[in-house]
Amino acid sequence: MARNTQHATRVNNHAVQAISLTKKFGDFTAVDGVTFTIERGAIFGFLGPNGAGKTTTIRMLLGLLQPTSGEATVLGFDIVEQTAEIKKRIGYMSQRFSLYNDLTVDENLNFFGGTYGVRGQRLQQRKAYVLGMAGLQGRERELTKNLSGGWRQRLALGCAILHEPEMLFLDEPTAGVDPISRRDFWDLLYGLADEGRTVFVTTHYMDEAEHCHRLAFIQRGRLAALGSPEEIKTNKMRGQVLEIDCTAPEVAMGALRTAGLFDEVSLYGALIHVVAKGVEAHRPRIEAALREAGVDLRSMDIIAPSLEDVFIASVREQE
Amino acid sequence: MSEERENVIVTENLTRRFKKVTAVKGLNLTVRQGEVFGLVGPDGAGKTTTIRMLCTIMDPTEGSARVAGFDTVAESKQIKRRIGYMAQRFNLYDDLSVLENLDFFADVFQVPRRVRKRRKERLLQFARLAEFRQRRAAHLSGGMQKKLALACTLIHQPEIVFLDEPTTGVDPVSRREFWDILTELHLQGITIFVSTPYMDEAERCSRVGLMYRGRMIVYGAPDRIKGLVAGELLELRTANPRRAEEVIGQSEGVLETQTYGDLLRVFVDSVTRRQDSLQETLAAAGIEVIGLRQTRPRMEEAFISLIRRQMEGAKGQPAESER
Repeated sequence: MARNTQHATRVNNHAVQAISLTKKFGDFTAVDGVTFTIERGAIFGFLGPNGAGKTTTIRMLLGLLQPTSGEATVLGFDIVEQTAEIKKRIGYMSQRFSLYNDLTVDENLNFFGGTYGVRGQRLQQRKAYVLGMAGLQGRERELTKNLSGGWRQRLALGCAILHEPEMLFLDEPTAGVDPISRRDFWDLLYGLADEGRTVFVTTHYMDEAEHCHRLAFIQRGRLAALGSPEEIKTNKMRGQVLEIDCTAPEVAMGALRTAGLFDEVSLYGALIHVVAKGVEAHRPRIEAALREAGVDLRSMDIIAPSLEDVFIASVREQE
Repeated sequence: MSEERENVIVTENLTRRFKKVTAVKGLNLTVRQGEVFGLVGPDGAGKTTTIRMLCTIMDPTEGSARVAGFDTVAESKQIKRRIGYMAQRFNLYDDLSVLENLDFFADVFQVPRRVRKRRKERLLQFARLAEFRQRRAAHLSGGMQKKLALACTLIHQPEIVFLDEPTTGVDPVSRREFWDILTELHLQGITIFVSTPYMDEAERCSRVGLMYRGRMIVYGAPDRIKGLVAGELLELRTANPRRAEEVIGQSEGVLETQTYGDLLRVFVDSVTRRQDSLQETLAAAGIEVIGLRQTRPRMEEAFISLIRRQMEGAKGQPAESER
């Protein structure tokens, strides 16, 4: 896996080490003094609202964009001085999958093979591996634009790992992908991490975030939290989550919001989550509010907060 | 479920074939006025093709559809005036401001000048975009762009709106805000036809249709769809869910298992009867259980279970839609 490493000096053994990384566009600070490290072989989830600075951070780490200040290394190489060394060793899957839609599956693989310098016997081996991994055997001659979302996504991942990179950057790889394909995709990511590769992934699916080894939470360019999913849930959540199962959840949500007792009232599918300190004490008032709104209560339990609860609470706190 | 409500979308054997694939096969569907109808299904199931036919952008190969009382082929003009359509990659004009985008779509839909100003104001408030009216679309966040696209879709006050995966790529907070807006539309009596890969969103719909390989395999209220999955659900947290699945997958009373990350979801015929013996089986195999709790199946589990049944049913027989 680690080819050509002897030619360059690596300054440390972290997959990523970022220190006060900052990027300004004119007056606008997209990324503001971000500091974090990623261990090798970890799946690192990078979370935050739209426009928080996730893609800008990735682009700096990839050497596509120069930081305004601060510094970072990827796989031990400096992101400003040694971008060529980094590019050889990483794979990148952008938000729009960066495939050539007018090429066939096979042609896309050849193209990315050429870009990454994978040739001859090794290219054949790698292509066979990728086709197997993505479940695309027998479809090599199909035009990429005729593949549905889940297949295109797996092909894009395949293209990004054709050269056996040590580290992968995936920018919202599962956006718009159905639940079954998402699970299959995460199984592939686990497999890559088990081989010792590092995965840096952004996602808006909080259930996926729960499955990362470590997470960073970025908001308005700043890191709002850093740690394992458990640590973040323990440290960031102020108050408890009460899960309410009732009839007419939309009506109930309106009634609870109007009552104004709680920091946060939101719908999780057909269930309502209410966040408050000492939420236990509010039970009678909730029951009364729902009764008044003509809603039947099925159950009401304090539950462990999910990352989605934490994400929402944290974003609302900033607003 | 009042019977007086008019059916605003009715399809009969609606079918669309492309060169090698039948994208939509014999769809029979009715949507009532004022419903939020959610369309879900794996990639390539035919959701977008269905929406495009209902919006009269594409003609069916066979069968027919009526939208707002008009035929999608013969009377597409009448339909276009009455519907709003937000495509997956809805085209906002990046160089134009929020307000200019609204103006542009008002022109396209020939909204009379005298009502424009008030209507734009109302939509800006409604979409929570009032303070960003002068901002160029390119400089809005992803969530705000979606809200602007929705506002543009509503400029001619359609009776029915079709939204093709409107929240893909949107963060959890903006996604909720978008759905709160849809709820307001719903309360105003507008019919909403929306496709989504998010199962929690599907759970907020009045009725949901699940498509697979061009067919509607089931449709009904979310509770009814969840009710199609047999058994009770146990959620098991363990360091090695795949091993746990092997160990208890064949145990007595286990109907189905689904792994996700470090979770194993186990459908059993009865939690009270099986919980202890499952724990013993896991302990005997040396698998540490970090957590075990009973939960209610959500749309997500139902989706996976129902699609899997279809996939297994399709094994062995040649799949028409596979290329």
